[in-house]
Amino acid sequence: MSTTASSTASSTAIERRQISSSYLGEDFRLLSWLTTTDHKRIAVLYLVSITLFFFVGGTAAAFMRWNLISPDGMLRSDETYNRLFTMHGVIMVWFFLVPSIPVTLGNFCIPLMIGARDLAFPRINLLSWYLFVTAGMVVLYALFVGGVDVGWTFYPPLSTNYSNGYVLLAAIAIFVAGFSSIATGLNFIVTIHTLRAPGMTWTRLPVFVWSHYATSLLYVLATPVLAMTMVLLFFERLFRTGVFDARNGGDLLLFQHMFWFYSHPAVYIMILPGMGVVSEIIPCFSHKKLFGYDFVVWCSMAIAVIAFFVWGHHMFVSGQSLYASVVFSLMSYAVAVPSAIKVFNWIGTMHKGFIRFDAPMLYAIGFIGLFTSGGLTGLWLACLAADVHLSQTYFVVAHFHYVMVGGMVSAFFGGLHFWWPKITGRLYPEMWGRAAALIIFIGFNMTFAPQYILGYTGMPRRYASYPPQYQVLNVMSSAGASVLALGYLLPLFYLPWSLFRGPRSVANPWDATGLEWQTSSPPPTVNFYATPIVTWDPYDYKEPERQEQLDYHG
Amino acid sequence: MADSPPPTGSVLTVPPEFQYGSIFRQGEAAITGMWLFLAQECLFFGGLFLSWIYCRYWNIAGFDAGSADAQVWIGSINTGILVTSSFVYAMALACIQGGRVRFMTILLGVVAALGIAFLCLKGYEWHLDFADHTWVLDPDFKVKGALEGGAKLFWSFYWISTVLHAAHMTVGIGLVAYVIMCARQGRFSATYHTPVEVVGIYWSFVDVVWLILWPLIYLIGRAS
Repeated sequence: MSTTASSTASSTAIERRQISSSYLGEDFRLLSWLTTTDHKRIAVLYLVSITLFFFVGGTAAAFMRWNLISPDGMLRSDETYNRLFTMHGVIMVWFFLVPSIPVTLGNFCIPLMIGARDLAFPRINLLSWYLFVTAGMVVLYALFVGGVDVGWTFYPPLSTNYSNGYVLLAAIAIFVAGFSSIATGLNFIVTIHTLRAPGMTWTRLPVFVWSHYATSLLYVLATPVLAMTMVLLFFERLFRTGVFDARNGGDLLLFQHMFWFYSHPAVYIMILPGMGVVSEIIPCFSHKKLFGYDFVVWCSMAIAVIAFFVWGHHMFVSGQSLYASVVFSLMSYAVAVPSAIKVFNWIGTMHKGFIRFDAPMLYAIGFIGLFTSGGLTGLWLACLAADVHLSQTYFVVAHFHYVMVGGMVSAFFGGLHFWWPKITGRLYPEMWGRAAALIIFIGFNMTFAPQYILGYTGMPRRYASYPPQYQVLNVMSSAGASVLALGYLLPLFYLPWSLFRGPRSVANPWDATGLEWQTSSPPPTVNFYATPIVTWDPYDYKEPERQEQLDYHG
Repeated sequence: MADSPPPTGSVLTVPPEFQYGSIFRQGEAAITGMWLFLAQECLFFGGLFLSWIYCRYWNIAGFDAGSADAQVWIGSINTGILVTSSFVYAMALACIQGGRVRFMTILLGVVAALGIAFLCLKGYEWHLDFADHTWVLDPDFKVKGALEGGAKLFWSFYWISTVLHAAHMTVGIGLVAYVIMCARQGRFSATYHTPVEVVGIYWSFVDVVWLILWPLIYLIGRAS
C-alpha cells in the first residue's frame, strides 16, 4: 500500500473533485438508482441484492449444520431439514452463484476493461436486474411462506406428484431468473464484439473478459433449456400432462437429461468467471506477465464447449445406457485438462514473481488450492465404478463445495477486494481483509474436508439424521462452519465501514495494467473522458523490482 | 396520411446512443443481439421439440390417435398465412432499403394483419379443440383405452407449443406495430432502418418455429 501512502494533499483534493463527478456522486436519490442504465450503478444494485441472497442461503446452511450436530437431528422435523437444504440449494445456485461475479464485477469491469462507455444494451441490463429481483421475491415467498422440499434439482416424481410445497412458484421464479441471466450473457457477448476501444484486439483482451465471454455463451445457450424444463415441469405438476411420468407414456429420465443439460454447463458458469478474476489478481500481485495467455484463453473456450457434453455424469446410477455413461465419463475426464492447464498457468505466473500477499492475492492463492482439490475429486466422480460408491454421498457435497464455495466464492471475495477501490473510491482495511481471507480458508477446510471422509465412508447426503459413528466428523464440520461464517461476516462490517472511513484510493492503487485502472476511482459516468487507444499487450508488467531483489539477495 | 413522411431516399442523420461511435456500429450490435436472442430461442424450443419427438418415439400409436383429431385445414391455412407474411416482410425490407418509406409502412400493415389473421384462426381452432374434448383435463377426453396416455401426451405438447407460439406471435405483432409507428414519425430511411431488419429477423424466426410445429402437429400423425 506504499502507493496510496504517498498520495499528497494536492492529489487528495483532485481525488475529491473526481469523486463528486463520479458515477457515485452524480445523483443520490433512490429513484435515480432504480432507473439507472449505467452499468456501474447496476453492478452496485446487483451487489446489494446478491449479498442479501448469499446471507439467506448461508443462514439455511447454518441451520443444516446445526441440525447435523446430533445423529438424531436437532430440528423439530425432517420436513424442516428438507426445506432448509432446498432453500440453501435454490438460493445459492440461482440467486447467488450463477449471477455472482458476472453481474457485479463483470458488469462493472467489462466496459472499463475494453475501453467502452457502457454495455451494448444498457436498458436490457437494467431489465435483467428487475427480472432478477422479481424472481428473487417470488422465490423467497415460495421458500419461506409455502416451503419447498424437493432439493434444488426438482426431480420428478417428487416435484410433480408427491411434494406439497410451493413447487410451481419456485419453478416460475427459476424461469424468470433464467431470463435475467440470458439478458446479461447476450449483453456481454454483443458488448465484447462491438464496443472494444481502438487497438483492443481479441488477443489484448484481459482473461477476465475472455472468461466472461465463455460464461455468456453458456448463459445464452444453456439457460433456455432449463427454462423449457421448468415450463414442462410446471404443466406436469399443474395438469398431470405425463411428459415426465412413465404411467402416461412419458419418461422420468427425460427430466434429468434436460435438467443437467443446463445444470452441468451452469457448473462452469459458476467457475469460469472466478478463473477470470484469479487470472487478473495473480499477475498483478506477482507483478509478472500472465504465463501462457493464449493457453488460458483457449482453455476458457474449451471448457465452455466441452461443458455441453458432460451432463450425463450426473446420471451414472440413474439407469441410463452404459455406453452413454462411458462417453460421458471420457468427456468428463477431457474437461479436466483445460482446467488443469489453467492451474499450471497461474502457478507458472507466480513462479519467480515478486509476490505481495495483499487480501485479493490471499483469496486467489486459496482459490488455486481449493479448486484443485475440488477438481481432482471430480475425476473420482467421473470414474464410472467409483461413482457408484460415491454418488449421493457427502463426498459429492464436499467435491462441489470445494469448487463452488472454495473456488467461486473465494474468487468473488478476492475480486471484490481487488476492485473495491475502483468501485467505491475507498481502500478497505488491509489487515481485516487478510484476516478474513485466512479465516475463510481455514474455516472452509474445517467444514468440508471432513465431508470427503464422511462421504467416502458412506454417509448419504440429504438426510436429517445419521448413524452415530459419523458424529465426530459431523461435529467437526459444524464447528468449521461457524469459523467459516465468521470469515464471511467480517467483510459485511469492514467493507461498509470503509465506504465512510476508508482512505481515499488513487486511480491505480495496485499498480495494475488493466485499462480499468487508468480512469479515476470511482470512474466518471462515461468511464473515459477520451476514448483510450490501446497499444500494449495485456498484463504488461515491467519488472523493475526483480533486478533490485536480485541485487539485494546478492 | 396526416403526417408527411420524409422525401424518399433522403439521408437522415440519426445520432447513435452515447456508447457507440457510429450509428452503423449500433446497428451491428442490434442485429448481433437479435441473432443471439434467436440462438437462445432455438435452444428453448429445441428442448420442447426434443421432448415431443422422444415421447412420440415411445407412443407412436397414441400420438397418431391424438393427431387424427387436430384441425389440419386450419393448421395448413395458417402455415400459408405465415409464410406469406414473411415474404411480405422481406418485400417491406427491400422497400426501405430503396428508401420507399410509405410503401414499406403499407406492407408492414399487411404483415400485422396476416399475423392477426393467424391468431384469430388459432383462437377458432382452440375453440374447436375444446369442443372436441381434446383438453387434457377434460373428464370426457376424446381418446379412450390403451391409447389414452399417448393421445393425452400429444395434446399436452399441442397446447404448450401453440400457446408459446401464439405468445411469440403476439409479441411479433406488437413489434411490427412499433416499427410502423416509428416509420410514420419519419425515423427510417435508406441509410438507417436497423429496427425494421431486427424485427424482421424475429418475425421470420417465429415463422420457422411454426414450420416445425405444422408437421409435428398435423402431418406426421396422418402420414404414418
